[in-house]
Amino acid sequence: MPLSTKHLLGIKEISEQDIWQILETAVRFKEVINRPIKKVPSLRDITIANVFFENSTRTRISFELAERRLSADVVNFTASSSSVAKGETLLDTINNILAMKVDMIVMRHPSPGAPHFLAKYVNASIINAGDGTHEHPTQALLDVYSIQEYFGRIQGIKVVIVGDIMHSRVALSNIFALKKLGAEVAVCGPLSLIPRYISTLGVHVFEHVQQALLWCDVANVLRIQLERQKVKAFPSLREYALYYGINKELLSSLNKRILILHPGPINRGIELTSDVADSEHSIILQQVENGVAIRMAVLYLLAENIQIGNFQ
Amino acid sequence: MAKINLLSGKLLEITLSRLSQQLIENHDHFLETVLIGLQPRGIFLAERIKQILSTTLLKEIPLGYLDTTFYRDDFRRRADKKPLEASQTKIPFLIENKRVVLIDDVLYTGRTVRAAMSALMEYGRPATVELLVLIDRLYSRHLPIQANYIGKSVNTIQSQKVIVEWKEQGFEDDNIWLINRNEI
Repeated sequence: MPLSTKHLLGIKEISEQDIWQILETAVRFKEVINRPIKKVPSLRDITIANVFFENSTRTRISFELAERRLSADVVNFTASSSSVAKGETLLDTINNILAMKVDMIVMRHPSPGAPHFLAKYVNASIINAGDGTHEHPTQALLDVYSIQEYFGRIQGIKVVIVGDIMHSRVALSNIFALKKLGAEVAVCGPLSLIPRYISTLGVHVFEHVQQALLWCDVANVLRIQLERQKVKAFPSLREYALYYGINKELLSSLNKRILILHPGPINRGIELTSDVADSEHSIILQQVENGVAIRMAVLYLLAENIQIGNFQ
Repeated sequence: MAKINLLSGKLLEITLSRLSQQLIENHDHFLETVLIGLQPRGIFLAERIKQILSTTLLKEIPLGYLDTTFYRDDFRRRADKKPLEASQTKIPFLIENKRVVLIDDVLYTGRTVRAAMSALMEYGRPATVELLVLIDRLYSRHLPIQANYIGKSVNTIQSQKVIVEWKEQGFEDDNIWLINRNEI
């Protein structure tokens, strides 16, 4: 089946079947990126613009590698060095890029819903690479891929998301993806950082990190997004680290093995101590590798739905 | 038109064994030769050939699987809009300077073989590449590609289709059929 959608805006909008299609295709691309020549010619007639209105290292490099390994032409655009600084609107910026015959846009934007807005008004495939505190679909896809790869299934796996749930697009996309694929999901963090109506999404809330870890098979640990917090949600980072930080001692007190995921960037010593981040529990770097395979799968499958231009 | 049986039973067995003998004639002891089956359906034929060669030569013959999906020239261009689904590629040996025998069940337009050659070159520079097919559909090539070893040549028209059924896929018997597309 081809994907039933032209864009990847969020996990909320895509079907379970589409998610599986992406995960299965990613298995093939993971094999491709482990070959001596890590490149296939599939997207050689596609041009992709990476439009980043917000800082990013991992996601931008990951998308760019994915695009290049599919042989697409790539242009990069960062807001700080562009006409946005001269007062151009988002729609004008994108339409100007598209006028140069670009087929797909990968966009990160600080405003929730920005890619949805674009999808409505422009004629190109839009991939959301993170919109504010809303969604980060490819991160959720690579997280479920990593869980599937490790356990061989997702159905029934217990996943707790620890940290700043309120400001995290990774948390929201993960909840949607995990619930669609049949996992049990919980969140854990200071109550001031947990949205009030989160339980309407069908997730448990743990106040204490030890209880949460005792319950789960997988802990997806998030960074505290100080740059997004307009009011102080907890007294100090030191106190947060004390109550919600995960260290070796806490892990060994569980008497069971759990898997640690982290979308990066890590603030070592706050949400994770170094001995946990670098331990055999953590698959943080495998997540990064899987990220390229997942993004190749998304780009490949969405490209299949792009009309071929007229050659007259 | 009913289905026509092209190969089955004893005749198929003889054909497979003849193809294997022809390979042995050209490749001696298979010191530098590797087999590569094309996904998704060429791998069953490749496994059979490998088995016959291994029992005849009393040694293990290296066999890999190659998927050509990402190298095809009809991505986004297929009239039937059926998407291309990738299968596993598994080449657990180096092909650099090896004599490679590509194996597929049916040779039709030649486009899959063209894609397979592009894909293969990404793994190294083989000394030679040959092609072995069970069924060669005559006069239907889109590209200048011919097989070195042919099980059976068949004169077909475009509205016909060759169906290959192997026991390994769950069929009761091995059968190669020629049918009309609109009767599928």
